Amino acid sequence: MTNPVVAVLRRELVSYFVTPVAYVFIAIFLLMASLLTFHMGNFFDRGQADLYAFFQWHPWLYLFLVSAIAMRLWSEERKTGTLEILMTLPISAGQAVVGKFLAAWIFTGIALGLTFPLWITVAYLGDPDHGVIIGSYVGSFLMAGGYLAIGSCVSALTRNQVIAFVVSVSVCFLFTVSGLPIVLNFFSAWTPQALLDAIASFSFLTHFNDLSRGVIDLRDLVFFGSLIVGALLLNTVIIDAKRGS
Amino acid sequence: MPALLEIDRLTRNFGPFTAVDDISFTVKQGEVLGFLGPNGAGKTTTMRMVAGYLPPSQGTVRIGGFDVQDHPREIKRQLGYLPEGAPLYGEMTVDAILHFAASARGMESGIRRQRTEYVIERLRLESVLYQQVETLSKGFKRRVGLALAILHDPGVLVLDEPTDGLDPNQKHEVRELIKTMAGSKAIVISTHILEEVDAVCTRAMIIAHGRKLIDGTPASLLAEAGNAGTLDDVFRKLTGRSE
Ligand SMILES: Nc1ncnc2c1ncn2[C@@H]1O[C@H](COP(=O)(O)OP(=O)(O)OP(=O)(O)O)[C@@H](O)[C@H]1O
Ligand SMILES: [Mg+2]
Repeated sequence: MTNPVVAVLRRELVSYFVTPVAYVFIAIFLLMASLLTFHMGNFFDRGQADLYAFFQWHPWLYLFLVSAIAMRLWSEERKTGTLEILMTLPISAGQAVVGKFLAAWIFTGIALGLTFPLWITVAYLGDPDHGVIIGSYVGSFLMAGGYLAIGSCVSALTRNQVIAFVVSVSVCFLFTVSGLPIVLNFFSAWTPQALLDAIASFSFLTHFNDLSRGVIDLRDLVFFGSLIVGALLLNTVIIDAKRGS
Repeated sequence: MPALLEIDRLTRNFGPFTAVDDISFTVKQGEVLGFLGPNGAGKTTTMRMVAGYLPPSQGTVRIGGFDVQDHPREIKRQLGYLPEGAPLYGEMTVDAILHFAASARGMESGIRRQRTEYVIERLRLESVLYQQVETLSKGFKRRVGLALAILHDPGVLVLDEPTDGLDPNQKHEVRELIKTMAGSKAIVISTHILEEVDAVCTRAMIIAHGRKLIDGTPASLLAEAGNAGTLDDVFRKLTGRSE
């Protein structure tokens, strides 16, 4: 007997690979990751055996690429009417949300995992701290989950994938940059410090910065973990509330 | 015999517009109810509420005694539903879709194999089993949708235009299938093909503007037409003036 979550997960995951989505996504992800790492990240000039030049770009890569994966999660089901099939199977909205999210997360994990030649390259060229690299991969994967959960939630709101993409990129952008001085300065003129700290505490960049240096801080893990759970709960509520309309 | 499907004062509004207005009826085991009405009458909206997909604004739907809103899991097991237009995951093969539905329903592998073979045989899907759904003809898509609806041998079947897009041979096959299943189930089919009512239905109901106009055996509906004769005439007489 299969758990319904597993049934949904498997269906979704297979769908990525029977359509060009998986191959295009992975190819673009790897291409852009390498371009950013080698051309803009000064991978060689840094003269250090680490992957910081690679990981520092992940928030920006995910902003667009993960939003592109997430945009179809629910919009497409709504548009094609398959949501009616899915929601009349004995599966709860929560199970469907989790199954779909996990499939997409595993898929981004596969794309991320396929960057392993970079790791081999630094290991070959120098003597990197492998613990830091593993920590960075874990952090990057968690952050991808954060972007994905937000994107999935947004996708549940509309049957139009273009709208889902644009809104998701915008929301994720706010989460990404909320800790940057440029944003905080804008608010600082008229916002109390406590709220300012709250805004800053939602920044993906700040949380990922520690993780990408290999510092696994429980607070960063809790941040991404609770963000994912919160977004998926909201996602479930949206699917239930918008059922049939 | 107890009614498997009980619909009580069902109403659905979309904003200020009332798509389904205070409809009540029951369907017993062995009955096949033909659900008729002009375009936009509210057939699909009613069926969506029966299937638990669309929450009613007012009223209740009970399947096998369970309220659809309160016991969604229970009723989804007892219900087979063909949504309007038979939407399907286009990128999947027929085989993969059947496998997905069976595993999502938690069917054991032995039963799954047996039921899958049965629906493949009954709906003649052998030749397209490994074909992607989006490349299928309209009629085959409808048959895959029907296969999904009857896969778990549900007690209640709600089929929204099951024979739409089928060729005459397939229409005949599907009607035969419905007749074979009729004895053990409560079935509701919506259709615009009035011969279908003669061919398979034990009862027919006509709705328009969300309201029930008439509900009875095909013979009693014909009586409504007086000496005019056909169900078409009854349909036009009852719904034509309200257009
Ligand atoms: N989500 C919705 N929002 C607003 N109006 C809707 C919605 N769904 C259905 N309607 C309206 O409700 C009415 C009934 O539609 P429904 O699809 O139930 O008709 P139908 O009897 O199935 O028609 P047909 O024979 O053409 O399939 C129509 O006027 C339709 O425009
Ligand atoms: Mg309809």
